[in-house]
Amino acid sequence: MKEEAVIQVENLTKKFGDFTAVNAISFEVKKGEIFGFLGANGAGKTTAMKMLIGIYKPTSGNAQVASFNVYKNPNEIKKNIGYMSQKFALYDDLTVKENITFFGGIYGLSRSQIKEKTAQLIEELNLQETVNQLVGTLPLGWKQKISFSVALLHNPKIVFLDEPTSGVDPITRRQFWEMIYETANNGTTIFVTTHYMDEAEYCDRVSIMVNGNIEALDTPKKLKKQFNVVTMNDVFLKLARSPSLTLPFGKGVKND
Amino acid sequence: MLPIIFVLPIIQLIILSNAATFEVKNIKFSYIDNDKTSFSRELIEKFDASSYFSVQTDFPSTKLASSAMLNGEVDVILEIPQHFERNLLKNRITDLAVTINAIDGAAAGVENVYINQIIQRFNKNAQTELITPFDLINIPKNIVSIPSFWFNKTLNYKTFMVPGILVILVTMITLFLSGMNIVREKEIGTLEQINVTPIKKHQFIIGKLFPFWIIGMGLLTIGLIIAKVLFNVPIVGSVGLMYLYTGIYILVILGIGLFISNFTDTQQQAMFISWFFAVIFILMSGLFTPIESMPQWAQHLTEFNPIRYFVEVMRMVMLKGSDFNDILPQFLKTLFYAFIMNGLAVWSYRKIA
Repeated sequence: MKEEAVIQVENLTKKFGDFTAVNAISFEVKKGEIFGFLGANGAGKTTAMKMLIGIYKPTSGNAQVASFNVYKNPNEIKKNIGYMSQKFALYDDLTVKENITFFGGIYGLSRSQIKEKTAQLIEELNLQETVNQLVGTLPLGWKQKISFSVALLHNPKIVFLDEPTSGVDPITRRQFWEMIYETANNGTTIFVTTHYMDEAEYCDRVSIMVNGNIEALDTPKKLKKQFNVVTMNDVFLKLARSPSLTLPFGKGVKND
Repeated sequence: MLPIIFVLPIIQLIILSNAATFEVKNIKFSYIDNDKTSFSRELIEKFDASSYFSVQTDFPSTKLASSAMLNGEVDVILEIPQHFERNLLKNRITDLAVTINAIDGAAAGVENVYINQIIQRFNKNAQTELITPFDLINIPKNIVSIPSFWFNKTLNYKTFMVPGILVILVTMITLFLSGMNIVREKEIGTLEQINVTPIKKHQFIIGKLFPFWIIGMGLLTIGLIIAKVLFNVPIVGSVGLMYLYTGIYILVILGIGLFISNFTDTQQQAMFISWFFAVIFILMSGLFTPIESMPQWAQHLTEFNPIRYFVEVMRMVMLKGSDFNDILPQFLKTLFYAFIMNGLAVWSYRKIA
């Protein structure tokens, strides 16, 4: 099946001083795909992602996201994407409902739309009892699920998830991936970074970044075949170790 | 947090307005009377009678008096020489030695003025007593100045300080709250989330400004009520005018705060810079030291000090009843300042790194 590409990246590069965090990466992500963006800490995944969502300016190269150019129309991109950062980013001192109302408002949803969405989320996530609690008092698993739902409030074409399940228990992780599948089935493209190699198996296609370069990009099945191993974990270990280049210590970008 | 934002400034206003005064009272006064005549005793009685001096002891020698000053037991030593009375009667001239502890230079200056006044009064009395009929012709008529203090008839320090301290409170609270604000969101990570939304820069800044503006105006209201009810400070001018000016003034401070917030990465950094500006702004505002007595270059610097204008306007409107035309220069400068600072705040807020 031939589908349109919603993310097109060509030679995208980001340098911080002398340090090249992302080195001329190129790839495409298709509509409705779950695209896994893998790499060790400091490999440059978060930096690459931040260029795509319009909060880092690329040093060179080009990228189209949701058919908008990252240089020319960052604001149009922002209207069409959802983002969930690895740092939990809802307001702790607002209630769940207030957070939904606030972010709904920022994305320009009308009052009735917000009301409708809130009711829908309460139903889907069983938030009846927690909706008026401060977000800061909720367990992390809950927060992540709510955070994901808030990122989807405005029906974005693409959702970027930056290590959405780090620090979450296995059951919640499973539930979280069910939410991701459901979202992808509705036609939303998922761009997800992760450390968990079992999660990589759930992705339609996976790219693995090492030292700012994309070293591998294919379906998990083909990657395993290519490297002649059984699990994605082994693929990752082989790749991350093979050039025996130690990962950049201390030079890496914050948060990655 | 919200109650704290309001309660602390009120406590500050009440304490500071009562405590911050330029008057020097309870001056520890001691003397060395080497003359021990009716004249010298009369002079000492004059100090005793003054409410500013509390007469401590007489010292038999200069040495003992000096060591008492070293120990901080006395502030002022008056040494009356031998033959004080005789010289005064015979030669019409004599000396007095006054030693003042000038660890606190400002207080020493004030003490000096008090002492001189008392001695002069004594001098005049002595003159009248010593006048002979022959002298009457030659005595120059004394020129007596009778001061009348406009806008603060009794020179009540509270009347003078309360508007100023109110200004500082409104400034500090709004500066620190706004200075911490964006940087706090940077620290928690919510700012990144905001930055990936299509929110416009000015929308974001206005959203940040508005709550603090309301808090600032709330503080002004409470402060004015306290000034009136507790300190009975006259509010001669238009309250509406004060609100109008304060509304614009707070925008300046918030703009500065947000500007600082944009340029810092942690709340500590923001706090440090906010403190730096707060201290300079307050000490150079004319609240504690008159701007007229600063060196020329410092006077020019105060042109950039928003607190200076706020202090001027509040005092003018509250105590003098100035109207809009009187405060127009300050008003326009503040308005201009507000545009500049908020322009900079919007400009320096980067959604893209």
